[in-house]
Amino acid sequence: MSIFVNEQTRIVVQGITGREGSFHTRQCLEYGSKIVAGVTPGKEGQKAGGVPVFNTVARAVAETGANTSLIFVPPAFAADAIFEAADAGISLAVCITEGIPFHDMLRVRGYLKKTGCRLIGPNCPGIIAPGLCKIGIMPGPIHAPGPIGVVSRSGTLTYEVVHQLTGVGLGQSTCIGIGGDPVIGTSFIDCLDAFNRDEQTRGIVMVGEIGGNAEEEAAAFVREQVDKPVVGFIAGLTAPPGRRMGHAGAIISGGSGTAAAKIKTMRDNNIHVCEDLGSLGDFCARVFAGATAG
Amino acid sequence: MKLHEYQAKDLLRAAGLPVPGGRVAETVDETVAAAEALGYPAAVKAQVHAGGRGKAGGIRLVRDRAEAREAAKAILGMTLKTAQTGGRGIVVKKVLVEQGRDNTGELYLSVLPDRQTGTLMIIASRSGGMNIEEMAATDPDAIVRVRVDPLLGVQPHHLRRAAFALELRGPLFKEFCALLRQLCTLVCAKDLVLAEINPLAVTGDEQLVILDAKVEVDANALFRQPDLAALYDPSGDDPLEAEAARHNLNYIRLDGTIGNMVNGAGLAMATMDLIKQAGASPANFLDVGGGADAQMIENGFRIILSDPAVKGILINIFGGILRCDTLATGVTEAARAVGLNVPVVVRMEGTNVEAGRRILAESGLDLINAADLADAAEKIARIAGQP
Repeated sequence: MSIFVNEQTRIVVQGITGREGSFHTRQCLEYGSKIVAGVTPGKEGQKAGGVPVFNTVARAVAETGANTSLIFVPPAFAADAIFEAADAGISLAVCITEGIPFHDMLRVRGYLKKTGCRLIGPNCPGIIAPGLCKIGIMPGPIHAPGPIGVVSRSGTLTYEVVHQLTGVGLGQSTCIGIGGDPVIGTSFIDCLDAFNRDEQTRGIVMVGEIGGNAEEEAAAFVREQVDKPVVGFIAGLTAPPGRRMGHAGAIISGGSGTAAAKIKTMRDNNIHVCEDLGSLGDFCARVFAGATAG
Repeated sequence: MKLHEYQAKDLLRAAGLPVPGGRVAETVDETVAAAEALGYPAAVKAQVHAGGRGKAGGIRLVRDRAEAREAAKAILGMTLKTAQTGGRGIVVKKVLVEQGRDNTGELYLSVLPDRQTGTLMIIASRSGGMNIEEMAATDPDAIVRVRVDPLLGVQPHHLRRAAFALELRGPLFKEFCALLRQLCTLVCAKDLVLAEINPLAVTGDEQLVILDAKVEVDANALFRQPDLAALYDPSGDDPLEAEAARHNLNYIRLDGTIGNMVNGAGLAMATMDLIKQAGASPANFLDVGGGADAQMIENGFRIILSDPAVKGILINIFGGILRCDTLATGVTEAARAVGLNVPVVVRMEGTNVEAGRRILAESGLDLINAADLADAAEKIARIAGQP
């Protein structure tokens, strides 16, 4: 099994008629994802890539039975798009948008806690269950079905990791980009917990970076709750303090959130940390050899 | 986006918060005139985007005209180096001249959206004056943190908790609660990611005064805060970083010799780390983003090559939606336009990588192809090792 999504997942794309939305709708459809609806206010009745467009998420849900939303709405309107998805009864919203204001995300996180809606992202590549469905902007062909769960704060760095895993014969159960923003919907811990319960998943790779303390909290969770082997990688050992390294959340502030501290905490909590990205695939093959045999 | 102290104080003053009278000056004569108008004692404070100014000699208290002149001469034009400015330091172009006040106590107060708890966080302490990290290390019990549900907004009991923790009484208690409420409202209304008042002084006549203020605005929210966007001041930034920002490139200058250009922030950081592990050191962080075209790569090359310390460049691209052949064409066009004078190692992987490598090989350009990341690291190490 995969986590959070599967071949039954019925997807509505919010912002389907935009440049990004229409392009990635085609890519996801080609991968085999069930995109059943799109939403662009004022464009109901049109079709985008063969997909019917509705004015509201509520209408899209009522007409097509969509249960998951993929959001390509510009940052100024993205929080509202997430609220709309939650209010329409969507159970999983995947938000690709980068640059949503911090205070908007505080409200989003607070509101979603009161609903049954899980948010992945924002500022993320999305989620893919190889061979089953792709809800996001990641390149499909580098993935392969298999026993490894991947969770990451990054985009292209995740592709690099997945590419190496596939290269050494380790396919993936599900790969999730949780996003590079300071406030995100789904945490490392949420994913680790789900992977730990998932029968298909035999080993987990978590890819973190400087900033915040999500990796430290995840490490404690791994020690207490996870009985599958976990490989970790942290980007930003050479990042200077006080500078925002591309991602809004990637900043060492007041001496906390450094890569070195994260790596130490992860190692202290039974995570196999690889410091050399060039050999990560081989490293994983060694760590997961026992768990994936037979 | 950081504001200067004088900009932060203008913002606080406009919100009705107690800020001492002050004037901005850019010359010695202006500084003296400002001090004369405000009266003595006065403080002359360097306006740069960095903390730790006092220790670095960027703040002086002056008691008369001669001292004001002397302070202005010393501070204006000085290269201020603090723990936060980096090795190159920042040249001071403006000072804030402010009324000096006698105070009987100094408090710490900040309000910020907190990433870890997802709340609006109020942080207060009786030990104002030192920075919060020092405080956390020396006297953690003196710090109180109050979490405000962002959907509920600040409530009277939040204000009281902070005021009681600061051991305020009588009129000061009320005054503080009113100040904190205004500050919380301002942080939300203006999309601030930090409003730190340190110190918040208690004067002899039982008044609160904001002596220093650090304010940061959410760069992602500037589209709806045009008045704050107008306060952007790149003058203290590294010139190459300012140039990169004009081309929408995410570039940060570092101290090493190996330039690098990568798509995606996480992979860019990991590439910097890889350069370090290879025994060299990165000259920059540069994320060209997911849709890097020939023009962006050309701009990236120009900026990297403007740094005289650069001895070689590593391009690391993971082609996804952006195909490697498109990218290779961009790299060759950009390389021809720029005229490379240092070795360039190109590592590409992902969609259409074979076509991409062929384009690079047939370009006739002196681009060094790396088979994988390990190979790239080795080739970079060799370049860095050359005298």
